[in-house]
Amino acid sequence: MIIATFAFYLFAVIAVISGTLVIFARNPVHSVLWLILAFFNAAGLFVLLGAEFLAMLLVVVYVGAVAVLFLFVVMMLDLNTLNFREGFQSYMPIGLAIGAVLLAELVMVGGGWALTPELQALRAMPFDAATGVTNTEALGRIIYTDYVYFFQAAGVILLVAMIGAIMLTHREVAGVKRQKVARQFARQPGDTLEVKKVQTGRGI
Amino acid sequence: MVVGLGHYLTVAAILFTLGIFGIFLNRKNIIIILMSIELMLLAVNINLVSFSAFLGDLVGQVFTMFVLTVAAAEAAIGLAIVVVFYRNRGSIEVEDINQMKG
Repeated sequence: MIIATFAFYLFAVIAVISGTLVIFARNPVHSVLWLILAFFNAAGLFVLLGAEFLAMLLVVVYVGAVAVLFLFVVMMLDLNTLNFREGFQSYMPIGLAIGAVLLAELVMVGGGWALTPELQALRAMPFDAATGVTNTEALGRIIYTDYVYFFQAAGVILLVAMIGAIMLTHREVAGVKRQKVARQFARQPGDTLEVKKVQTGRGI
Repeated sequence: MVVGLGHYLTVAAILFTLGIFGIFLNRKNIIIILMSIELMLLAVNINLVSFSAFLGDLVGQVFTMFVLTVAAAEAAIGLAIVVVFYRNRGSIEVEDINQMKG
């Protein structure tokens, strides 16, 4: 129990610190690296909560795909890092005010709620870790049965995002010679070949 | 001292506020704003998973997975738009993005 408490505070503190540095880092590349650290620590929190599958998913999807995508884009664009701090002071007060209001609201909500006694009966998919079913197996059992349509919809969303990203960033470059298979197949010998009678001793 | 639901909700609340703060603070770099949105989605995920774990209901984790999916799609589309905008205007400063007069 002591180790779990210690691990929670370790992960939580590092997650909050790296989240802060995502915002305040001078260099966007450093921001991405802090974001990766925040994701790793959130994955640690998920493991502490018993959601191992989601923790691994967070590492694979966020760190392996999204953060690397961010890193690619940050490095691909030629950004001027010097003037990013411009306007920092003027937006600081309103940002602080809205952040303080939001945090106060969240604290009030967090301090005021209570669980209803009928909650145990209201659970949609009760799960008890003591039964020996692992988290991954339990998730898989309901994803592919009760939530299969949502699961398929998630896949469609990813497909649409992929097509959209390709369509947005794709551009036709003039002067590039490409193989057009359809045109190659459509060519007839008559279009390109011509038989000529060449008389002896003369050219064409 | 036992770590309870409130501890996780506090971490999530702090991360969410940091995300909001980042959106307001960084008026120059739109990529940082996208990262702030990712932070906010991460905070929401922590909320969902902690409620799911403490109430013993697995639906929260299923929804976390869907939020993760949408976040990945959003990051891909958002970064594609940033790349196209940079190609056209040579800048990703928020103040320059006023073509649609919004």
